[in-house]
Formats: sequence, structure tokens, C-alpha cells
Amino acid sequence: MVDESKLNGATMSETQDVAPSNILLEVKDLKKYFPIQKGLLRRTTGYVKAVDGVSLFIEEGETLGLVGESGCGKTTTGRCIVRVYEPTAGDILFHENGSAINLNDLERQELKAFRRHLQMIFQDPFSSLNPRMTVLELVGEPLLAHGIASGTELEDRVAEMVVAVGLKVEHLPRYPHSFSGGQRQRIGIARALVQRPKLVVCDEPVSALDVSVQSQVVNLLQDLQTELNLTYLFVAHDMSVVRQISNRIAVMYVGKLVEVAESEELLRNPKHPYSETLLSAVPRPNPHHRMQRLNLEGEPADPANAPSGCVFHPRCQYMEDICKMEAPPLAELTPGHHVACHFADSLALQGIAYSDSIAVISG
Amino acid sequence: MTESIPHNGAPHKPEIESVAAATASQSAPDREKQALYTSSQWQLIWRRFKRHRLAQIAMIMLAFLYIIAACAEFIAPYETRRDFKGFVYAPPAKIHFFDEDGFVGPFVYGLKGGRDENYQRIFEEVKEEQYPIRFFVRGDEYKLWGVYKTNLHLFGVEEDGQIFVLGTDRLGRDLFSRVIYGTRISLTIGLVGVFLSFVLGLIIGGVSGYFGGTVDEIIQRMIDLLVSIPHLPLWMALAAAVPRDWNSIQTYFAITIVLSIVGWAGLARTVRGRLLSLREEDFTIAARVSGVSEWRIITKHLLPLFTSYIVVAITLAVPGMIIGETSLSFIGLGIQPPAVSWGTLLQDSQMIVNVALHPWLLIPALFVIVTVLMFNFLGDGLRDAADPYSIS
Repeated sequence: MVDESKLNGATMSETQDVAPSNILLEVKDLKKYFPIQKGLLRRTTGYVKAVDGVSLFIEEGETLGLVGESGCGKTTTGRCIVRVYEPTAGDILFHENGSAINLNDLERQELKAFRRHLQMIFQDPFSSLNPRMTVLELVGEPLLAHGIASGTELEDRVAEMVVAVGLKVEHLPRYPHSFSGGQRQRIGIARALVQRPKLVVCDEPVSALDVSVQSQVVNLLQDLQTELNLTYLFVAHDMSVVRQISNRIAVMYVGKLVEVAESEELLRNPKHPYSETLLSAVPRPNPHHRMQRLNLEGEPADPANAPSGCVFHPRCQYMEDICKMEAPPLAELTPGHHVACHFADSLALQGIAYSDSIAVISG
Repeated sequence: MTESIPHNGAPHKPEIESVAAATASQSAPDREKQALYTSSQWQLIWRRFKRHRLAQIAMIMLAFLYIIAACAEFIAPYETRRDFKGFVYAPPAKIHFFDEDGFVGPFVYGLKGGRDENYQRIFEEVKEEQYPIRFFVRGDEYKLWGVYKTNLHLFGVEEDGQIFVLGTDRLGRDLFSRVIYGTRISLTIGLVGVFLSFVLGLIIGGVSGYFGGTVDEIIQRMIDLLVSIPHLPLWMALAAAVPRDWNSIQTYFAITIVLSIVGWAGLARTVRGRLLSLREEDFTIAARVSGVSEWRIITKHLLPLFTSYIVVAITLAVPGMIIGETSLSFIGLGIQPPAVSWGTLLQDSQMIVNVALHPWLLIPALFVIVTVLMFNFLGDGLRDAADPYSIS
């Protein structure tokens, strides 16, 4: 596994003073730039700054929801954390038994071994399952790859996992083509969880599914979380799905985090104008709590050519001159509530009642 | 949607001991469904292929042609170089079943050559000479597959008579026998040529797709250049470089190399395109996240998905090779006599006089057309069947 002596370097001392005891994953100033290449010689003419300095932490057993529009870099953040993409810069610290491992420093072999603790659930249940493999092969593959189990033991463990996600044992010899989208996503979940990871990056796991199936899969993920003591980074663009599962929510816009807070706090009391707009789009089941729908002008900023100052300023209705000049840092406004806005403490933004999210119409 | 309700509570242990036991305890229609659900991609392809009537017929026809190619010596009544004096440009034989006395089974009359008032060659049937067509007659000696020395032929007539099913050529050689022998070179050159192009295409396309970047760019522009050169002049230039004094086996391989030098480009493109798209598929990333090694990803995830596309691409590339060989041999730059291919047989029909007076010399072209059509039908059926996302 991981060389212990490697962990006693600078990363150790750095983390000790910041991290509360039960933090599982800490991301510091993560950057991922994709080069833009042009011409015959493929000269790099610029960078798409998909993730531009994201810092966040996830406590053990909690779910951090990561929301934002399409193309804001939330998926890239998730993929950098599981090292599908090589981060351009930044630290990804995984805390285990009181020591921290920087995933960004791991060599290929170490990383391969470490991947047991770190899994991913994919958005598209159709393209994420190899059509040439049976459920048994698909779910059993991680166990085989890590040499955890083989033969009948593997079959037993796979069967156990498949039943735990709500499929049947007789589904094992079947190929993905015989399953519906929701069932395929269950296979994907079984595959991710079969080696008992600690952290699971859920990359929009329900956005490709039928609305009627979405809540079933979210419920399943919640049940499995308590059962298997999992920690989730839940990436999604749909606020109504995220608030159902998340303890805390991080809002992302054009490669940067603009607001991080406890779910209830963020819903009731958003401090960033962008969060307010996202919340206004959540459908409300209670007709008495109708809120004015805020429509954003224009397109999201181009991450290859981000605006100066605050990246949100061209679309912000509260914009002042300082927003064009200076980028606001992500600062802690109240304990646990981080906002990146110059006027976070002065703006009166509209949130939604937390009870709305439980979809109860009281009268 | 038939989603089962997610369970609550403690982790479950499956009640059933094994997968086999679970599948065994099902009713008959369930088992049929299970058979469909558990059928692998190849089984699904086969299932869909079986619905493609034309492709199936094509496959059977091609199998038949290849059997002919394998047993050419046995099926052809005569040896390719056996020339019958006095039977130059004899027309295809008329096979009779009835004589004056009624039904006697298949037979041919003896032929008598002569010239008419315009000094054109004519042949008359000699009614007194009847030669019944028999199966398994003794004739020219040969070694089947280079091992068994025998003189048994599938059919023929008694020693004194002759049977020219498709007539004879300018030296009095039996055209049918020559077409049968020609099948061997014409059909295998397509396969060997495609195999060579496939190896080239797989390596070059693989390098292009795997390394990407500048290497990819250079290879792709090279392919663009190669594809832009008209095929026939390029083949001609290359074939002209093959030394004249090489024997027929050497020429055969030289020609396959010439054909595949042009042919690999298309296959390389296919390989590269598939590789690039498969490499970025979610399931490859999923496998990588699961800690699966690169080697296993290539062998277990990429190659199996690759093969069906490659099989289709290869099947559709074979006719091009066959046409290529035929064209080269037709203009005299391909297979050299005395070796026989359909192209060399068609050389005789280069002169319009020959075609006008002895139209049977064009019959080898018919074989080319049928073979190419069959390969196209087969490739078409395979392509429809191999698409993994059209599940019906």
C-alpha cells in the first residue's frame, strides 16, 4: 500500500492545525486547466480553467452537495478528486487513521492500490457499463483487480452487493442490455461500493434517470450511506435533488466556489446572488410560499476567458464597480457559512423554507 | 418501469446458495427471457444476423466459393495447362438429357471443328458420339493439397470425349477448369491482402490513436495524401516494380503487398476512430477508477468492443482487394501466367474481336461480380447486426 514515510512530509504539518478530527477529505486550491491547442503544431494558445482554485473539505459520513450550471467545473472537480483527470495544481488530502495522504502525489502503483477507498458513480448508466460484460463480471471486476476475492467468494460478495442495491441474484449472469436505466444505475452503484470504499464521488448519479426513479436511487444511496458508513461528494445541477441528500452544499460557478454552507442554512439564507438564483428555480410544492422566479441574463462566463474581478459580475443584478475589479475571496461569514461576495453581509437575499424540500403541503 | 423498492435495514445476505440454482428454478417462458438477457454480445449479433436473409445467403454462397477454391483440383475436370488440339475457342458445351431414344441422363456429344464460308471457326455436334457425364471419373493426375496423389475428379466424361462447360480459350484450354483454379488466387488474395492491411492499419491506427498529438496529426495527413492518389495508377506503379523473373508465389505475395499498401489507410482510420472514442467511454474510466490495470482495460474492455467493428470493416474491404487484383491482372501487371486468376482469364477478353466472337470469355467477370456482391451483402448484414445499441 502507501509508503508511510512519504506521508510525514510537509503535508502532515500543514494539515494538523486546520483540520477538525473527523475530516475525511480536504481539497486545497485545486486547479485543472485544459490547454487549448491550435494549428498543425498544436501550440497551446490558452487554457480552459475548468477548476480554478477550489478548496473544500468533507467530514466522514456526511454528504457534500456540489451544485452549479452545466460547464461550471463540478464534474471536473469530482474527476480530479478520484484522479481520473490529473489536477494541474493543488492538494487532495485523504485523512486516514490520523495521517493525511496527498492523492495528488501518489505514483501510479500507489494510486491503483489506494483506489479501493475512493470510488465514483457515473452519470450515464448506459455508457458506464461495458455492454460485453455480465453483471457478475462488472460488479466483480474491482474485487478481482485488487485481488480481494475470486471464485465462489467473489460470487458471494457480488451477490450480496447486488441484493443490497435492490437487484436479484438471478440478474448476475445478465448483460446490461436487459436492464432499465434505473437498474443499470443500481449496477453502477454496486460496482462502486463492492470494495467498501470510504469516499464516493457521485457524478450526477440521477440526472440521466426518469424522475420517478430518481428518488428511489437517492433513497438507496442514503440507505447505503448509513449501512456502509460512506462519505459522499454529490455532484449535481438540480438543487431539489441535492438538498434531499446533502448535509452541506457547495455552490460552484465557472471553476470557483461561490458559497459553502450547511444545507438548511444555504436554503434559508443564501448569501451569494448566484445561490439565490439557483434556489429560485427549485419547484415549490407549497402554493402559499410562491417566490418570484429570478432569471439570469446572458450565458455563463467562458472558463477560457473568465471576466475580471468577480466571475459572476456580468450577470449579477447587485453588481457594483468593485465587482469588476476585485475578485472576492471565499470568506467565512458566520461559522460554517463561506461566501465569495463583496456584499455578502449587506445583501438581503431570498431563500426557501427548508420544510419545502420535504414536500409537505400543510394547508 | 419495474424498479423494485429499495430495501431498508441491515445488509442482506442472499438466501440462494448459488447463481446456477437461482437460474434453474424458473418456468419455461422465464427461462427463454433469461436466455435473451444472458446472451452475450456475439450471441446478440448472431441473433440479429440470422434475421438478415440476404447476408445469410451471401455467407452460404461465399462458403461455397471458398470450398471450391480449396478443392479446385478435384472439382475442375481438367488441369489448367491441358490444351486440346483442335478445340480452340470451342463454345460452352450443350448438356443433353434426351437422345432419339428418349431419356438417357446427362451427356454431351462429341465435337467436330471446322470453318464456315467466312473462315470463322464453327463446331458441330457429332450425333454418333455420346459421352455420358459421370461423377468421380479418372482424369488428369494431381496432388490434392500437395499430399494425396490422385486422378479422381468430381465429374467428367470418358477419356475419348471432352466436356467444356464454359467453352475453351485461344489455346484450347477448358475455361471452366481455369475459372475454378482462378477462384483460389482471386479469393485468397482478398483475404491475405486484407489481413496485411489490417495488421498495418491496426499498428499505425493504434499508434495514431494511442499517442495522439503530433504523431496522430502526421499519420492522419499521410493517410490523407495516400487516399488522394488514384488507386489504379498507384497500384500500377508499384506492380510495375515487381521483378518479372519472380515465380508465381513470389508475385502473388508481391501483389498482396501492393494491394495492402493502398488498403491499410481506411482500416487505420477505423481503428483510430474507434480507439479514440472507446478510450473516452465512461466504462473505461470506470474500470480505471476501479483499479483495473491498463493491460486488462485494453484486452477486456477495448478489444472485445473493437472486434465487431473490425470484422465489419474487414468484410467490406475484401471486395476492394478482389477488384484490385482483377484489375491489375487484367492489365497484365498482376498475377503472371501460367498462374491463373480471374483477372488473368479476363486478359483474353481485352480485344473486342474476341468478346464479339467468343462471348464466353467474359464469364470470369461474372464470378468477380457475384463474389464482390456477396461480400458486400455479408458486410452489410454484419454491420446491421454488430451495432450494439440497436437492440430489437
